[in-house]
Amino acid sequence: MAYEVNGQSVTADEEGYIVNLAEWSEPLANVIAQSEGLELTSNHWEVINFLREYYGEFQIAPAIRVLTKAIGKKLGPDKGNNKYLYDLFPYGPAKQACKIAGLPKPTGCI
Amino acid sequence: MLHTVNKSPLQSRTLEQCLAHVRPGGAVLLIEDAVYAATARTAAGAQIEKSVAQFPVYVLEPDLKARGIASKDVVKGVTAVDYAGFVKLVTEHDAVQAWL
Amino acid sequence: MSMEEGETTGVVKRFLFVNRKAPYGTIYALEALEVVLITAAFDQDVSLAFLDDGVYQLLKTADPTGIGMKNFAPTYRALDDYDITKLFVERESLEERGLPEDNFVVPVTVISRAEMADMMAAQDVVLSF
Repeated sequence: MAYEVNGQSVTADEEGYIVNLAEWSEPLANVIAQSEGLELTSNHWEVINFLREYYGEFQIAPAIRVLTKAIGKKLGPDKGNNKYLYDLFPYGPAKQACKIAGLPKPTGCI
Repeated sequence: MLHTVNKSPLQSRTLEQCLAHVRPGGAVLLIEDAVYAATARTAAGAQIEKSVAQFPVYVLEPDLKARGIASKDVVKGVTAVDYAGFVKLVTEHDAVQAWL
Repeated sequence: MSMEEGETTGVVKRFLFVNRKAPYGTIYALEALEVVLITAAFDQDVSLAFLDDGVYQLLKTADPTGIGMKNFAPTYRALDDYDITKLFVERESLEERGLPEDNFVVPVTVISRAEMADMMAAQDVVLSF
């Protein structure tokens, strides 16, 4: 499959994860989010930016358990919990947020 | 612990690396290309001959036969096992480590 | 079943991942790391052993960008987030390769070959790569 952003086509795999991580952009994130039925708010962006920073440092997308712990440490305990993150990303904060952040599917998710 | 080795001793150092990590109570099973190590009058065979004094060494018979190695050419003290014997060895040890 | 929640059965076993291959010539090292990260979701007692050519996996100075491969050494630094902190490197393997004991991308414990053998013998499950 592919996404259309500003007249450009960005290739993704059959699950919607983009193939070339370098093609990611904020407008593309909004397009992916729309295809997932999400309207991105600043709370979403906090998580997306966190994931991109994490990937930049460790070259992997964190598993959900690691994500909630790390978010809690960085953004506070009211955000570092499953409920908050699932409210933002109903199809799984690790899987869905990584897709929107232009990252590969996290290791350890089926 | 049961250690299995599957590489020819002339192709890789896996066998000697394995042998250096066997503790009392441990055993070694030679399978696939590692069965060449059990042949007498070879450098690896000499190593295996020393090892059998310290811990049991087994060799998988179907792998020997497949490679044309006769029983008389197997280092003394090495025990040949069939697939059922392989399974039995696995159940007799707490854990198995495959040296790849 | 999704593994997102990291459900466990409550039984904790001692898992040892044995890394004996150099990082870029084969896929073993990267595959091992992926399996380790997946296993972390199950809350087991995980240790990692690096011996023989496996000690090359942790070199801080590695930079594979020139050969078009992803540098996965930084990913070892994420293991701490996954509560995997027991990383053992075999001294004799370092000596055989002329490597110092302080050029690693993560904190490790350097142990002797005899200690490594004892540790292997004390595991419930050993997975080799």
